[in-house]
Amino acid sequence: MGEVAVRVEGLSKRYRLGTAPVGGTAYDAITAAIRAPFRRLGQRPSGHIWALKDVSFDLHRGEVLGIIGRNGAGKTTLLKILSRITEPTEGAVDLYGRVSSLLEVGTGFHPELTGRENIFLNGAILGMRRAEIARRFDEIVAFAEVEPFLDTPVKHYSSGMYLRLAFAVAAHLEPEILLVDEVLAVGDAAFQRKCLGKMGDVVRGGRTIVFVSHNIAAVSTLCQKVALLRAGRMERIGPPAEVIRAYVEEHADDASSATRAVPDDEGHGYTLVNAHERVRVCCGDPISLSFEVVCPQEFANATAGVVIYDLLDSPVIGASSKFQGVAGAGSARRWYITCELGQVPLNAGRYYGSLWFGNEHRDYARFRAVVQLEVTPADPFGWGDRIPESWGHLYWSPAWRIVPSQRGAADPS
Amino acid sequence: MSWRGFGADATGAPGGGGAGVRQAHVPTVRIRPSRGFVPLRLHEVWEYRELLYFLCWRTIKVRYKQTVLGGTWAIIQPFVTMVVFSVIFGRLVGVPSDGMPYPIFAYAGLLPWQLFAQSLAESGNSIVNNERLVTRVYFPRLVIPLSTVLVSLLDFAVAGLILAGMMAYYRIVPVLGVWALPLLVIQAVGAALGVGLWLSALNVWYRDIRHVIPFLTQCWLFVTPIAYPASLVPSRWRMLLGLNPMTGVVEGFRWALLGARTQVGGLLAISGLITLGLLVSGAIYFRRMERTFADVL
Repeated sequence: MGEVAVRVEGLSKRYRLGTAPVGGTAYDAITAAIRAPFRRLGQRPSGHIWALKDVSFDLHRGEVLGIIGRNGAGKTTLLKILSRITEPTEGAVDLYGRVSSLLEVGTGFHPELTGRENIFLNGAILGMRRAEIARRFDEIVAFAEVEPFLDTPVKHYSSGMYLRLAFAVAAHLEPEILLVDEVLAVGDAAFQRKCLGKMGDVVRGGRTIVFVSHNIAAVSTLCQKVALLRAGRMERIGPPAEVIRAYVEEHADDASSATRAVPDDEGHGYTLVNAHERVRVCCGDPISLSFEVVCPQEFANATAGVVIYDLLDSPVIGASSKFQGVAGAGSARRWYITCELGQVPLNAGRYYGSLWFGNEHRDYARFRAVVQLEVTPADPFGWGDRIPESWGHLYWSPAWRIVPSQRGAADPS
Repeated sequence: MSWRGFGADATGAPGGGGAGVRQAHVPTVRIRPSRGFVPLRLHEVWEYRELLYFLCWRTIKVRYKQTVLGGTWAIIQPFVTMVVFSVIFGRLVGVPSDGMPYPIFAYAGLLPWQLFAQSLAESGNSIVNNERLVTRVYFPRLVIPLSTVLVSLLDFAVAGLILAGMMAYYRIVPVLGVWALPLLVIQAVGAALGVGLWLSALNVWYRDIRHVIPFLTQCWLFVTPIAYPASLVPSRWRMLLGLNPMTGVVEGFRWALLGARTQVGGLLAISGLITLGLLVSGAIYFRRMERTFADVL
């Protein structure tokens, strides 16, 4: 430990907006094409976007770094530079060790080739030597569970089989530094669990890993270090819990002004007056949320919906006045909405809520993550201890019936 | 652990040693924005020879899937063209053939031409056709056009069997010049690859190239002495004809195999130089553009 495996210094990447040449005759285009490469890149700063700006970090051998951030924050760009698919505009990267990158599973798979042939082809594309693929062949096949179909062209595979095979090849790479992008977001739940399990093995195998994901749950379980990117810049890097909290708060503080406007399909703005409220309750207390929405014009028979999410973006509970047949009577420009959730059995933790606003026909505006809900630990049952987190987001008080079994006495089997 | 990382392994030992063996202060991979001249790094292409092999293998495996005639297609095309040429140019028009039977005269030209045209078309479209690979995985991009050219060589070898058969039929014994054949093949492939590298890189930016290629090869076919002998061209223009690298190759083929009495020395020298120029400039241009491929595709 302690040895640096990945060193990134001042990494920046600029993209030109709109890569296609515009206008001009074919002759212009061709002469420009011939001249373009001999012109130094970056002489025209206008019409460019920095997908990545001045990102630096060190990663030590055996560390697992998760990279999170919203779409367009530069996660994939960073990974593409690290894996040498694209060049940085500025900055430097040094990688100490053999590197392999996995931006997608099944790259280079050919539908006409059989499973067996694709294993070799894909392995070669990912950088494995033929001898190595041959050596690990049985392992790969066993992991993918496709043995009976090895000599069938993969175009006849089900999508699940295809993904299993593709992941299996990738999972048997043995680099010192592994760069992975979102590959876990494939397949059914059972296979995802298997992939995560395999990733866990890889992590424990002491490899250095850079892992880009939207799956915050996976990031928090697999990574020792998390980097948060925002608009191409490194916002924060550190222990997972801390960085993920920052990410989620950024999420909730989206446009941190007190009001929040969103356009509907026609571009009319709907404004939420009291966005970003914090609601704090004790576990077991009734929860009430209220919102005030300003419409672009008179709006009749308003309805609303609320969904509460956990910090990892999974919905926990939802409600809709429309589904319950409730709509505001009359017509108005301002609507005041109160949602009495009552004693929602939410376990302690932080949540946030999104609001949908519309009428019985359709939703006009969606205000994402506009209320933060903090449920503090408590003992709603009066049992003497707070509800353990291991119960999950919801607790419940069902009717129990616990009696000695009569069958056990009569039938010894 | 025989995992092979990036070819640009500074220690020059891909697949060697486990984690921790490597000295920590020598980076295995250094990534910097490239400025100015981009080195060709042919050694890196060599490191990726297994990938090159698999790409060729994939193309060959897949190409004739779901076809009835399969590999025979490699023969049908030059053969039928030869028949058409023999009937139209040999019989109807009465084009001279330097004293050789016209069919074998035409076929000896069509054979290297087919190699050239196919290599050119396939390599010119190769980067765009392999977009998925280019945007998802790192490897020296030169491997892609190279693989298409190697596959064309296989077709060339198959179609060459017909030529051997025809030579037996016409009782033509190969002359001493046969030794030059490999050089001529290399020149045809080199010229095709040189142009193909230019086109494949341009193709990434301008998809017009895809439509330019068939047109280009068609015109090129007519300015190459395939249906007619170079001797038909007035001698003061002959050297101009030599600017087309395929002129030297085609005339060279007839000289080497059929013992045609043409002076190929000067022609070959010129077209050899042109080929070298195309190849080197193509490779440099390709390497230069390579860094933008993934961003533009």
